[in-house]
Amino acid sequence: MIELININKSFDDKQVLFDINAQFLSGKNNLIIGASGGGKSVMMKCMVGLLHPESGQIEFDKRDMLSLDEQQLREVRREIGMLFQGTALFDSLTIEQNIEFPLRMFSKMTMAERRDRVNFCLQRVNLENINNKYPSEISGGMKKRVGIARAIALDIKYLFCDEPNSGLDPITSRLIDALIDEITKEYGITNIVNSHDMKTVFDIGDHILFMYKGAVRWEGSRQDLSHAQKEIKELDEFIQASYFH
Amino acid sequence: MNLSFFYHFGRYLIFLRSMLYRPEKMNVFFQRLFDEMTKIGIGSLAIVAITSLFIGAVTTVQTAYQLVSGLISKTVIGTIVSDSTMLELGPTITCLVLSGKVGAHISSEIGNMRISEQIDALEVMGINAPGYLALPKILAGIIMIPILNIIAITLSIYGGYVAGELSGILTHEQFVVGAQSTFKGFTLFFSMIKAFTFAFIITSVSSYQGYFTKGGALEVGESSTKAVVYSSVLILFFDYLLAELLL
Repeated sequence: MIELININKSFDDKQVLFDINAQFLSGKNNLIIGASGGGKSVMMKCMVGLLHPESGQIEFDKRDMLSLDEQQLREVRREIGMLFQGTALFDSLTIEQNIEFPLRMFSKMTMAERRDRVNFCLQRVNLENINNKYPSEISGGMKKRVGIARAIALDIKYLFCDEPNSGLDPITSRLIDALIDEITKEYGITNIVNSHDMKTVFDIGDHILFMYKGAVRWEGSRQDLSHAQKEIKELDEFIQASYFH
Repeated sequence: MNLSFFYHFGRYLIFLRSMLYRPEKMNVFFQRLFDEMTKIGIGSLAIVAITSLFIGAVTTVQTAYQLVSGLISKTVIGTIVSDSTMLELGPTITCLVLSGKVGAHISSEIGNMRISEQIDALEVMGINAPGYLALPKILAGIIMIPILNIIAITLSIYGGYVAGELSGILTHEQFVVGAQSTFKGFTLFFSMIKAFTFAFIITSVSSYQGYFTKGGALEVGESSTKAVVYSSVLILFFDYLLAELLL
């Protein structure tokens, strides 16, 4: 479980996160939704350590990321996988080398074991025979799946997905959603997804957090969403706008 | 000099310090170091060879043009070509050329990785990104650029000798006697000190510019331009400084 306690973050004089308190549950798809500029990406970057909040605590299973030393922080980070919005695959490496990268850096596996693990991860995301291709030679949907394969190459506990469906057609989006859901449930991962896509929310969202202007406006389950929509004007506007998006 | 200079200089020093951690995997580090040495060394060999040969040739022809007095021996041409090549033309011109080729390449490669979130991906994995990306490039530059300097000096002197013979300015013996007459080991040593210093400037400044790129493709181009301009200016500044201090 990941817990955020009183997180505040500013850029120069502009505060972008206001006293964020939230819990992200293990084995669940925790979705962060909200309009662009609402603070979703900043919050995710704070959680994975790419940004540092001014105050608060970020606890990964009771380990406060903000008070760990550099070595301890690296240990925790090795339990984190992240699927970036632009996939962030290393473009000078082949698909196989991309997935092998975290194994090569952090595991003591032999070359044959690493290759087996790469092939297993590729099969897990329903990709085969692309080991020797470069990221520029495959489609956007395949890149996302390779990104997921790289994220799960090590035995991770936490998966962060930043806009996993951006730039994908609706059918591929659903495939990616289903894959993320399967992997989360199968490995009991704490999965956190930033998304604008209400279809994703209704399909796989177990725990939903709605952000509005840098603050958590609503938090609850998918089943509670329609009830909350009637009571919270900003959430209703966001969901209504999504239908016409 | 405004405050932004101090901001960038401080951040540059912090960037350099952040590399000084033990690499996550030594075999990966040495693999990357070897790859970078190949890219910088072998990849720059042709441009360094062409530049050096022509600089040597031009130096011979222009020195001969300026020696109008019959009282001065033609062996002086060999002396001037070899000494000026070792002292200045070899390390400085070679490194100015390399600041364009190697510096722009390093900056754009790291800058592209920054804007496409590849550096973020490294950091999320718990990898020391400056150490992983920039340190092998800097070490590879410090190893390979002095070797390129030796090649440049050799080819430049050879270019001068060939130009002298082909144009009939001076004979083989005159050139060799002139080149050997004032040779001092310290001149070559000084040349190597310059090459090491310039190599560090080119690779570290370019890595810094690439690493802190913000924005998109346009900014990657700006970072590359800054890498080349700042490296070149620093090379010229340290060229003077080292001459003042060591000669």
